[in-house]
Amino acid sequence: MSEGAIKKFMFVNRKAPYGTIYALESLEVVLITAAFDQDVSLVFMDDGVFQLKKGQQTKGIENKNFSPTYRALDGYDIEKLYVEAEALAARGLTEDDLLVDVTVMSRAELGALMDEMDVVLSF
Amino acid sequence: MKFAVSINEGPYQHQASDSAYLFCKAALEKGHEIRRVFFYNDGVNNASSLTEPPQDDRNIVARWSKLAEEHKLDLVVCVAAALRRGIRDENLAAGFRISGLGQLVEAGIEADRLVTFGD
Amino acid sequence: MLHIVNKSSLERNTLDSCLRVANGGAILLIEDAVYAATRGNEAEGKLRDALARFKIYVLGPDLDARGMGDRVMEGVSTVDYGGFVDLVAEHKNCQSWL
Repeated sequence: MSEGAIKKFMFVNRKAPYGTIYALESLEVVLITAAFDQDVSLVFMDDGVFQLKKGQQTKGIENKNFSPTYRALDGYDIEKLYVEAEALAARGLTEDDLLVDVTVMSRAELGALMDEMDVVLSF
Repeated sequence: MKFAVSINEGPYQHQASDSAYLFCKAALEKGHEIRRVFFYNDGVNNASSLTEPPQDDRNIVARWSKLAEEHKLDLVVCVAAALRRGIRDENLAAGFRISGLGQLVEAGIEADRLVTFGD
Repeated sequence: MLHIVNKSSLERNTLDSCLRVANGGAILLIEDAVYAATRGNEAEGKLRDALARFKIYVLGPDLDARGMGDRVMEGVSTVDYGGFVDLVAEHKNCQSWL
């Protein structure tokens, strides 16, 4: 690829926050990728949708609450946040429970989007 | 073809590093280029020079060092992930270097394919 | 697209997620995911149905290591690490369903 090339990066988040470090370290890669002016999409499916749940209070587990970072993504020109509809429903959540604006997608739409990507990173 | 590989789990605990190593070896044997191997999450533990497996076990760290030497591989350990887990220049195995997460993104941009191994 | 799955389908939902969302292409089962490709396991039916939409491959060395090399179900192709490399090269993109 030549200098200044733009690739389509997709980050697939399928794990809940805090139980493991994947959600946090995924977010760190996302921010760096945006700094490289790449085309960034974030997908939240399976337990990954829990990363976006409103009202996270982490004082009691002495962990950093990194959920406000999802709200800051906008400032990095990261606006493509996709949530799988069935994953949300299966966890008793609706869009109103999420701390940031997302596009809710069907599994077929999501699958089609994945096919278009250049680089898919899964955490 | 140019490949990049990302490894997100430490040695021995999970098969990820073994799978990645065997993938890289096979790719090199087929004449492909490994543009970079990036170690992230607990994957940074693959770079610890303090690793000492029993004699009858494979030495995962030394195996990476050897492959890097033979094929001039660029083995990059994420600095933020490494510092979190006590991997620094003082205990970095041969053939590895510590650098920023940007190296993973750059590898994704420059390589034809990026393959991730993890849990 | 090449979908790489590495979890046992009896323990984790990774294979189910992949089958639910992925739009076709190829699936390569590695590490603990290889059990899904063996005859008589609970996921056999699911995988058989998936053969209509995907080409399905399983990593031979991982099967052999687990003593399951002689139980691969019909329709699933066994590859070695060289075959793994070929599959990644042949497909425009790949995703590891971690």
